[in-house]
Amino acid sequence: MNTVRRLWAKPAVRWGLAGALVAFAAALPLLNIVVPGVLPGPTYTPGALQILALALIFSALALSYHVLFGVSGMLSFGHALYFAVGAYGLGIVLERTGLDLLPAVGITLAGAILIAGVLGAISLRVSGISFAMVTLAFAQAGSVLIRRNPGVTGGEEGLGLPTAQVPDWLVGVADTRNLYWLALAVIVVVFLVVRWFERSRAGHVAAAVRENELRVRVLGLPPLRVKLLAFVVGSTLAAVSGMLFLLLQSGVTPRAISADFTLTILVIVVLGGVGSRWGAVIGGIVYTILDQRLTALAGSEWVDALPAVLRIPLSEPLFILGTLFILVVLFLPGGIVGLAGRVGRRRTTTGDARDRLEETT
Amino acid sequence: MSTPVLSVRGLAASIGHQPVVEHVDLEVQPGSVTAILGRNGAGKTSTIKGILGLIARTAGEVELAGERIDGLATHRIVQRGVGYVPEDREVFASLTVAENLRLAERDASPRRELVAELFPDIIARQAQRAGTLSGGQQQMVSLARALLNENRILLIDEPTKGLAPKLVTEVAEALARAAEVVPILLVEQNLQVAKHLAQSVVVIAGGRSVHAGPASEFFADEDRVERLLGVHGEAHA
Amino acid sequence: MSTVVLLLVTGLGLGALYFLVASGLSLIYGLMGVLNFAHGSFLTFAAFLGWETARALGADTWGALGVALLVGAAAGAIVAAGTELLLIRRLYERHIEQVLVTVGLALASVALFDGIWGTDPQFIRGPAWLAETTEILGARIPNNRFLLIAVAVVVLLLIVLFLRFTRYGLIIRAGVENRSMVTALGIDVRRAFTVVFAIGGAAAGIGGVLASHYFGYVSPQLGGSLLIFAFIVTVIGGLGSLPGAAVASVVVAVLQQFANFYLGGTGDLVVVLLLAVVLLVRPRGLFGRAA
Repeated sequence: MNTVRRLWAKPAVRWGLAGALVAFAAALPLLNIVVPGVLPGPTYTPGALQILALALIFSALALSYHVLFGVSGMLSFGHALYFAVGAYGLGIVLERTGLDLLPAVGITLAGAILIAGVLGAISLRVSGISFAMVTLAFAQAGSVLIRRNPGVTGGEEGLGLPTAQVPDWLVGVADTRNLYWLALAVIVVVFLVVRWFERSRAGHVAAAVRENELRVRVLGLPPLRVKLLAFVVGSTLAAVSGMLFLLLQSGVTPRAISADFTLTILVIVVLGGVGSRWGAVIGGIVYTILDQRLTALAGSEWVDALPAVLRIPLSEPLFILGTLFILVVLFLPGGIVGLAGRVGRRRTTTGDARDRLEETT
Repeated sequence: MSTPVLSVRGLAASIGHQPVVEHVDLEVQPGSVTAILGRNGAGKTSTIKGILGLIARTAGEVELAGERIDGLATHRIVQRGVGYVPEDREVFASLTVAENLRLAERDASPRRELVAELFPDIIARQAQRAGTLSGGQQQMVSLARALLNENRILLIDEPTKGLAPKLVTEVAEALARAAEVVPILLVEQNLQVAKHLAQSVVVIAGGRSVHAGPASEFFADEDRVERLLGVHGEAHA
Repeated sequence: MSTVVLLLVTGLGLGALYFLVASGLSLIYGLMGVLNFAHGSFLTFAAFLGWETARALGADTWGALGVALLVGAAAGAIVAAGTELLLIRRLYERHIEQVLVTVGLALASVALFDGIWGTDPQFIRGPAWLAETTEILGARIPNNRFLLIAVAVVVLLLIVLFLRFTRYGLIIRAGVENRSMVTALGIDVRRAFTVVFAIGGAAAGIGGVLASHYFGYVSPQLGGSLLIFAFIVTVIGGLGSLPGAAVASVVVAVLQQFANFYLGGTGDLVVVLLLAVVLLVRPRGLFGRAA
């Protein structure tokens, strides 16, 4: 065990392992790996790649939330708003302006940064629980805007991806693996950006703010500016995930901005382990697996055969997920990463989840 | 040597991850007043809070009349007979004086006569909201709260802080009367008051108890007083 | 003129509903620092139970409605107290995990309601008078608004009386102001936590039964949709302040009605805008304590 720990401590080893992992993931569309119950087919099939790409998008989204919550201690209940800004934004820009994909992405990104800056500045007038509720309210307003303007957003039906301006190699079922590789590239970039942020001066100040805002202020550092920066960075990364989502699913529905969805992101981050980059990544993958498995379980014959008192709850996948989440929070506060850390008897980067919220009292 | 009312050995406590008390030993004998002295930030208030469990106690043993209380929750410690008068008074501003007192009453027949005798002014203001009282009056309410119950000991934190000299005298008189019925562990920056009331002193510096002994002996040695506390034995704000 | 009267009274009615939900949220947050995401589920559960009760007793009688209200209050109180005892208490002082656990509970409970009662709204009937309208100053006002306002006022009075004249009320009032000092007086605040959850649950339960009459249906989504507005009301009124929740409920609801009518259905957006303005000008809310 000790040799493993010593090896693990070397950055070269960790980078090497990460690189191997990415290489393996990149090779998946060329391999014939079957994961029954989770993937609808072998890994070279479009169906399986669709799900894998979706898992990567969720992981990227979880990473973006990690910047807010895990690093800076800001509990936002409106993160889905920025995901939707990315998805809906790109769709609307493509449709309305007829621009090609890359410029449209640029405009959407700029819009996301602007919106995050303005709304973040307002939301950060308060902190803690009030901040959480304000972000929820803004997301709700966004949801209303989307649902009530079907002319622009497609309303309840959702927005389709205007494929005319999208390069051919990203459109169509046969090209799903290109989308998968794009998703893989994006998540690697997002991971590196998050890592860079955490290690930057701003990131260190943000972490200090999370621990003790008062002390940071006394030291003359500006907590508000750092928090706003973290907020904008995290929200923009969420928008990137949203744009990717639009491309992958060829459309987006108002579900992407629902309170349910932000809560889903929260579930992913907590499941994986708050405060850990890899926790966010693992959380996204595990959630996708769970999503598939739970839906299968809920519809299975085994559940159907149960007496009503068990069958009714177990036939609702969200019930199982919610209960699992409660159990994780109660008994496994470090999430999956925390559990692995305990098993390996090694200090993890995950602090207690309780340290994650800046208290104002 | 009878059992001390309060015995603290090796107390260590922290706020969050920050240690504020490193190692404190002290004792309060029955029927006496022990003063905790020290410069600003030495850890006097934190010692009191550590005894009560209001901040996290990380090491040490605390005994109340021979019984260990250091593992207990704050309200249980208080229920065993520990009265607390916090620094900055902490009366409930939105409640009336009467409600503040009623909230504090634990025993069947609290010491209402003693409180009425010592604090006639606030008894007269029973229906007044505590937030509208002056600093001195609030201090009286805070003291009355602790005196109401038949406590085994009172932990009193800087009761004269921020008060005008006349009020300081009044509070000191009230404390002297209180000391007749209950032992007191008193944190005081005002050395005149401490000299007047205390039989023993404990000096805390950097979170550690650096001196303990009879008060008269301590105050007689002015050099030591100045070295440890940085003053010439006079009150300072 | 008649339009204004209609909008005002409807706003008051909706405000009454918001208050019933927000009062519990505000007290729970004020005393315990917990943001209770499951509050909407307490409401929904009570609404369903109230509906089933009324159905069993004959839905269009006042008696059935009365019993439904009692059942709703009791159901809300019991479920809330149970939540506090089983889930929240284990996470004492860990505010963030407490919030997370209520999130999980909200997720699981709505799914459970979907399973038991189905996802479609169930239309409800009540005493005939509720469906009728009364004319005031030329406006035809649906009578259920009056019931809502009356019940909310009664609930407000009951809570105020409880806070003023009972020992737990005293403890709660003191605890909202300074929880650690209450502990330092030898009082086990945690019992007050259960009481506050129960009160909040009861109010939400009553709100749930009345909401089903106001909107005309029950569904698993009922609580969640109201909860967001209750959150906004609580922040605008000031976390932990009961009078703040009352005033903010009325202001928000009336504003919503007027905006919906005169500004083309933008009521929801205007409310969020109001929240933004309040935050910019007075972050602690109307009656909130300065941090």
